[in-house]
Amino acid sequence: MIRVVLPPHLRSLAHVQGDVTLEVAQPVTQRALLDALEDRYPMLRGTIRDHVTKQRRPFLRFFACEEDLSQESPDTLLPEAVVTGAEPFLIIGAIAGG
Amino acid sequence: MSKVRVLVGTRKGAFILTADGKREKWDVSGPHFAGWEIYHLKGSPIDPNRIYVSQTSGWFGQVMQRSDDGGKTWYQPGTPKEEAMGAGGQPRGESNKFVYDASSSSGKPLTTHQWYDGTQHPWEFKRVWHLEPSLTDPDLVYAGVEDAALFRSVDGCKNWQELAGLRGHGSGPKWQPGAGGMCLHTIILDRTNPQRMVVAISAAGAFRTEDGGKTWKPINRGLRSQYIPDPMAEVGHCVHHVAMHPSRPAVLFMQKHWDVMRSDDGGEQWKEVSGDLPTDFGFVIDVHAHEPETIYVIPIKSDSEHYVPEGKLRVYRSRAGGNEWEPLTKGLPQANCFVNVLRDAMAVDSLDQCGIYFGTTGGQVYASGDAGDSWSPIVRDLPAVLSVEVQTLP
Repeated sequence: MIRVVLPPHLRSLAHVQGDVTLEVAQPVTQRALLDALEDRYPMLRGTIRDHVTKQRRPFLRFFACEEDLSQESPDTLLPEAVVTGAEPFLIIGAIAGG
Repeated sequence: MSKVRVLVGTRKGAFILTADGKREKWDVSGPHFAGWEIYHLKGSPIDPNRIYVSQTSGWFGQVMQRSDDGGKTWYQPGTPKEEAMGAGGQPRGESNKFVYDASSSSGKPLTTHQWYDGTQHPWEFKRVWHLEPSLTDPDLVYAGVEDAALFRSVDGCKNWQELAGLRGHGSGPKWQPGAGGMCLHTIILDRTNPQRMVVAISAAGAFRTEDGGKTWKPINRGLRSQYIPDPMAEVGHCVHHVAMHPSRPAVLFMQKHWDVMRSDDGGEQWKEVSGDLPTDFGFVIDVHAHEPETIYVIPIKSDSEHYVPEGKLRVYRSRAGGNEWEPLTKGLPQANCFVNVLRDAMAVDSLDQCGIYFGTTGGQVYASGDAGDSWSPIVRDLPAVLSVEVQTLP
């Protein structure tokens, strides 16, 4: 199971507490993970990626294994530690505005 | 006894203020949607417990919320409430999907508009500024959005379809964002003619449709704006708000960036009625519920100093439909006050003795139960207020 850490406002929207766990079909890419997340929690559609273009919203970042994966292609494979659940995939609201 | 319910949108959540018809003791509920910007919330005129909310965030974008019980509980209207609340059932998420209609069948091509530096910039959806529920159908709602366009939902905010004739009006490339963005912030429905609507956009101007939103006409003749290359241009004016009394749909009142204006022919021609106001810059304008010639504005010092003049918070009332204004100060701070009152942050109730309400960027919501003669704060320390609406309940 893949673990996803959502920022607090998205946890509230999705009515979840703590980490989200997901089954994601192989190959596990950023796109596949976000598709699975939005299938499970449809109210998050549009809040992480644009509805139509699927572009990451500008003030959100994707971190895992102490790396910033935000600029990676959506079709790049995620690190093995994320796929095995050893490390979470973090969706982070950028610190902006002072 | 009648009740009033004041719906307040702020930078950090929504608040609901309720009182009986005396409007003296208030219950305060909130924050709802804590931490989110609530640009606007408004109830259905014919199903008052149906309340629609625009919940936005610079990080997470647009979310729509809805209550069917007067604000006690909320849900995202992508799916029936019972499914959303049930184990495992979740809303589908379409309710926050606003996509400009560029289809060949019903849409208009996505074009560009003017950017701050004079270049052309593509249309991009950012947020919903204003929600206007139908006067006759609780499931029909209009949404004014940034970048400026008008959307409609016919299923209680589950799905949204752009009325693309407005954005596709040939003047679109000349529209430009005001300081707050290129927003469609005012939607006025005409009780006597469901096909007629008036909308206003910063900074494009006012537009009117006579065919339910298919085609639109700019209605800006008579506006004069020194800050645009052609001060009398057909479009490009920074209209801040427009108000209409339901009994007189041909009479429109406008607070422009500078200038308070009036039209007696549905916007075909405007004339200035700023008269003896201390400054004619401002954002809000509203009309007394029972006196169509009694109007209210709150002058703001200037577009570079977004606070009230002289440190005094004064509502100005005209009983003559403009030109002659009286300051209303009783109960309002008259020293060291430097707040702003934003365009959607004034409303009136329809009790026999008309109540007036407004919210400030300092987080105060003031109420007057005597048409403005005296004021008192309902709350003093909310986050900055973005919008105020009021419902008069049986």
